[in-house]
Amino acid sequence: MGRYLLRRLLQLIPVFIGTTFLIYWLVWSVPGDPFAGKCGERACPDAYVNMMTEKFKLDQSIWVQYGNYMQNLFQGDFGSTFGGRPIGDIIATSYPNTLKLAMVALIIEAVIGLTAGVLTGLRRNGFLDNLVLVSTLFLLALPIFVIGFVLQWLFGVQWGIVKPTVSNEMRISELILPGFVLGSASMAYIARVARTSIAENRRADYVRTAIAKGLPMRRVVGVHLLRNSLIPVVTLLGTDLGALMGGAIVTEGIFQINGIGRQVFRAIVTKESATVVSIVVVLVLVYLLMNLLVDLLYAALDPRIRYE
Amino acid sequence: MSDILVSEQSAAGTSGRPSGRLLEVDDLRVEFRTRDGVAKVINGVTYHVDAGETLAVLGESGSGKSVTAQTIMGILDMPPGHVSGGQVRFHGKDILKMSAEERRRIRGEGIAMIFQDSLSALNPVFTVGFQIAEQFRVRRGMSRSDAKKRAIEMLDQVKIPNAKGRFSNYPHQFSGGMRQRAMIAMSLALDPEVLIADEPTTALDVTVQAQIMDLLGELQRERRMGLILITHDLGVVADVADRIAVMYAGRIVEEADVYDLYAKPAHPYTLGLLNSIPRLDEKGQELRTIKGLPPNLMNIPPGCPFNPRCPMAQPVCREKVPPLLQVGVGRASACHFAEELVNRD
Repeated sequence: MGRYLLRRLLQLIPVFIGTTFLIYWLVWSVPGDPFAGKCGERACPDAYVNMMTEKFKLDQSIWVQYGNYMQNLFQGDFGSTFGGRPIGDIIATSYPNTLKLAMVALIIEAVIGLTAGVLTGLRRNGFLDNLVLVSTLFLLALPIFVIGFVLQWLFGVQWGIVKPTVSNEMRISELILPGFVLGSASMAYIARVARTSIAENRRADYVRTAIAKGLPMRRVVGVHLLRNSLIPVVTLLGTDLGALMGGAIVTEGIFQINGIGRQVFRAIVTKESATVVSIVVVLVLVYLLMNLLVDLLYAALDPRIRYE
Repeated sequence: MSDILVSEQSAAGTSGRPSGRLLEVDDLRVEFRTRDGVAKVINGVTYHVDAGETLAVLGESGSGKSVTAQTIMGILDMPPGHVSGGQVRFHGKDILKMSAEERRRIRGEGIAMIFQDSLSALNPVFTVGFQIAEQFRVRRGMSRSDAKKRAIEMLDQVKIPNAKGRFSNYPHQFSGGMRQRAMIAMSLALDPEVLIADEPTTALDVTVQAQIMDLLGELQRERRMGLILITHDLGVVADVADRIAVMYAGRIVEEADVYDLYAKPAHPYTLGLLNSIPRLDEKGQELRTIKGLPPNLMNIPPGCPFNPRCPMAQPVCREKVPPLLQVGVGRASACHFAEELVNRD
């Protein structure tokens, strides 16, 4: 187990370098002038452009720029925006908001998705089953911005149950609606995977054995059936957590949440290449670690899996 | 007519009144209702088992022996399964009429079951010890540590070496034979009065088979359990069974004492089965088989279901279903020519 963990962590190094370079190169090759529109109506004065070019080494080759960037990164320095604001600051203020939203979304999708999946998997072809199948199809088919705007309009404007946008305090009660929107597609996937998994395992020999032992049905389903059926669901949840932590450009935009997704979006629009790269680097790292966590969780759930 | 008494009463008695027997299956009928039609899987099966007795139920795949057992246990998948008639009496009471909760209480404590494939029958994500101790905790309300102690005792009783250490192993860490022993320990945990063993040794290799059968026999004698041994292996049957019921197409075609059945089968199907056992003194010769295939259960031929494959078939066999009739002390056969078979030299 320790050896496996070490190997997985070592594997992160080439993946990390590869992905960061790819992003760096991608941002570097985007056409356009980073100083366009920086100085109001007029073009920026040559002195300013020269200074900035010198400061950010914009005239150097990509190799030098990337090398410099990585060197600073390993010293904990994310660099700064053209305006002089440290990028580490931007991440530190906006990332907690994203994490909070991600957690709310994850809990909502896990609870609702699993409940729907288990109930329909046990009793297929009933009314509830058809209801869940149709509504999950809806959630999967509709783009997230449609779900987001429709729910925001219904709950926030039309019925006035919640405030249409999230305040800076990021209260949990305010995050329920955005969390539902953000987790809606995954919720539908989870419901369907859980349904199939439960229905499949329902006829497994070990479930029959558990019934033959005279265990109450509650226990047969809640312990024997559920534990086995959870394995694919947990995998899905784990991968999804990685994706949720990557920020949600659309959901954060709709509900005015100052999250990492909006910061990336703003940085891309304003050609703040250093900011884009830095944020994405953090997201890549989080995603890689989440993946590792899922693999470890997988082994904890299924004792037949052993990592050597 | 010969001197053998042929009565109209079937071997086990179908009158429906309590007879003081431990477990009785009486004229049980089960069908599978599928989209393609109705398959009549069990067509009037009657057998019984008393305390301390071993009944072997013998038959090919699809003869209905496992479905009968699943109906007794209440673990038949319904739908598509459907009990269309008959009774299963435990201590004289029809368990098919009991509530789900009453039936649940009988499982494990009154009637327990061992399955064929111990790898799939045990839950892969829980330790063997947990799966045994679970019954003490749930059914007996024992504390965690007491239940563990009892589970280790059970593992010890089925002769698993280092039972204490094995308690926390997962099923896949056991060998096939050890797993079946653990399965036996699990089924005997609540001290059942009847144990149904559904092909308990089929998935094991021959040397292990003998060990498992010995263990089962030993535990049965110790506890004076009724044992229903479902098998298609005539070799296994000969050693341990007191009585044998031979099934074909969802019916009992012959029921007899082990010695009588091997000495003089009273049904051509049993005769065919016995003749198809490979023999060392006939090495090099072609194996004798029963020609043809078992009938399609959605379309059982009229008359005796065995008639298309029977070497003795006469016109009457295609017209009349032979009832299971007594053909001697404690033996019965469902063949129009049972007397001829029993009386031949």
